[in-house]
Amino acid sequence: MQQLVDQLIQEGNFPGVPREIVYAGAMILAAFAVLSFFVAPLAGVTSWLERRVWARMQSRVGPNRVGPQGILQWLADGIKNLLKEDIIPAAADKWLFSLAPYVVFVGFLATFVVIPFGSQLIVADLNIGILYLLAVTSLVVVGILMAGWASNNKWSLLGGMRSAAQIVSYEIPAGLAVLTIIFAAGTMSMQGIIKAQGWAPWDWLLFYNPFTFGAFFLYFTAALAEGNRTPFDIPEAESELVAGYVTEYSGMRFLFFFFAEWGNLYVIGAIATTLFLGGWQVPPVTDHPVLLAILQFVVFFVKAYFWVFVAMWVRGTLPRVRVDQLMSLCWKYMVPLSFVCLLGTAGWMVLFPRGNRLASVGMFLVGVAILLQFAKRVRYQIRHARPELYWKPYI
Amino acid sequence: MSTLVGYVNNITETVSTIFEGMAITFSHFARRPMTIQYPDRIEKPVQETLPLRYRGILEVDLDICTGCLACERVCPITCITIGIEMNKETKQRAFSHFDIDICKCMYCGLCAEICPTGSIRHSQEFEGACYNPAGLVRHFAKEPVPLYKPKKGGETDPKLAMKAEVGLKYLDEFATPEGKAAGAEEG
Repeated sequence: MQQLVDQLIQEGNFPGVPREIVYAGAMILAAFAVLSFFVAPLAGVTSWLERRVWARMQSRVGPNRVGPQGILQWLADGIKNLLKEDIIPAAADKWLFSLAPYVVFVGFLATFVVIPFGSQLIVADLNIGILYLLAVTSLVVVGILMAGWASNNKWSLLGGMRSAAQIVSYEIPAGLAVLTIIFAAGTMSMQGIIKAQGWAPWDWLLFYNPFTFGAFFLYFTAALAEGNRTPFDIPEAESELVAGYVTEYSGMRFLFFFFAEWGNLYVIGAIATTLFLGGWQVPPVTDHPVLLAILQFVVFFVKAYFWVFVAMWVRGTLPRVRVDQLMSLCWKYMVPLSFVCLLGTAGWMVLFPRGNRLASVGMFLVGVAILLQFAKRVRYQIRHARPELYWKPYI
Repeated sequence: MSTLVGYVNNITETVSTIFEGMAITFSHFARRPMTIQYPDRIEKPVQETLPLRYRGILEVDLDICTGCLACERVCPITCITIGIEMNKETKQRAFSHFDIDICKCMYCGLCAEICPTGSIRHSQEFEGACYNPAGLVRHFAKEPVPLYKPKKGGETDPKLAMKAEVGLKYLDEFATPEGKAAGAEEG
């Protein structure tokens, strides 16, 4: 990105314009392009897919009327929300109330700076990439607390407070799980972490040792909690808090919160892919730079989107936890376990400074065994219930 | 020690139950959704799939209606209004109007039970939505219709005979849940 802009300046495309202004313009243009052509459709299609996936899990059909199989549902929803009245309650803190959705949105969108979609396709490969990521995702909690406070509504405030408590708590296991990977990879740069892995599953940091394997699940659970997803969606628990911190929001401001939530799902998947699942690493099949970039992007996207699907699937499976259960899960179980993972990896690195290939392959086989057991259970469930089978994804 | 065992048990229980739960929800992907996509994405209209005894909106076959007014009298909420006038020239009685206000109708089925010829009966129709209450009043006699006089020794006109048979069949079905004749049940 920077090289491209530098080259354009060298060729004399912007005579007399200060270099900083050209950079700023390029950044705004890039952010606009990413937002409109990647993030918005991604979040929208995720919202549609999520509804379809839940529907199938609940023996329903889901939205299938707008466009082929309802794939344009998100556009219809967006237009509807744009046309709706934007209500600001009379007793609300007007400025904070209006600002809050954008703070949440910025916190989510800023993560796209360091997400590596390919070996060349990254906005900025910061040498503290993962630390930056943890920092900007914490900005979301500021926005949520802002929304809760500014609404001047007890449900909003309770939702905001719960969310703050939840995100701050779960940042610890998430951070420790990430630290495990930083130990193993020896770098905080996103590209560096991916380069420490290989394309083959047993070269992934997920199977580096038993502790990183555990750290992956700890990270994923903590990330779901940070993203306010079921089973950790107590900040917006409908049965208790109406809609939590979004209670007073309507129209497009309301949509911004959910935009961030759905987009955040992809960010969770992308981080998990980068840290544990080998990122964009592809087998050496082609040398053509464009083909390679496309292949890397596809591999990364599919891996990341798989975890989006898993998040939907978890949402379709697990009920919401209580507030005290949420806190005890975090502080009594996940924090100690993530410390075990961290210390275990540290010890492992002392024992095997160059890693242990045999253990990695062993962990990979364990993973395959878990998947096989899972397939067996699914088969049992299908046979046991004797349902009318329908494998097609469309209806 | 027991605390530690409990702690580990909690973890294993959490992991194994989530594993099992995820398997169950995943298995639902293989199942056909229960949803019937009414009204446009079904194989045949719902009206055709309803049972014959379904109490839909009332319909009247005026060709076989004798004008006995039994339905009007038996209706608990008087949603049926029948007007019969004598034609001065031909000395023939005819319906001037036969209106059923399905807005009021509570689908009790008493009118269909009491009708001697089975001309008033519940159809399989249930889509009665319209833009004002007046639209819910069904006018069956748009123009004066002569009353039906049952002939002794059976109906001779084949068209009317078919209609009378349909009415009587409906009456049999309706009056006797087990499919026996109405008289057999009394005796």
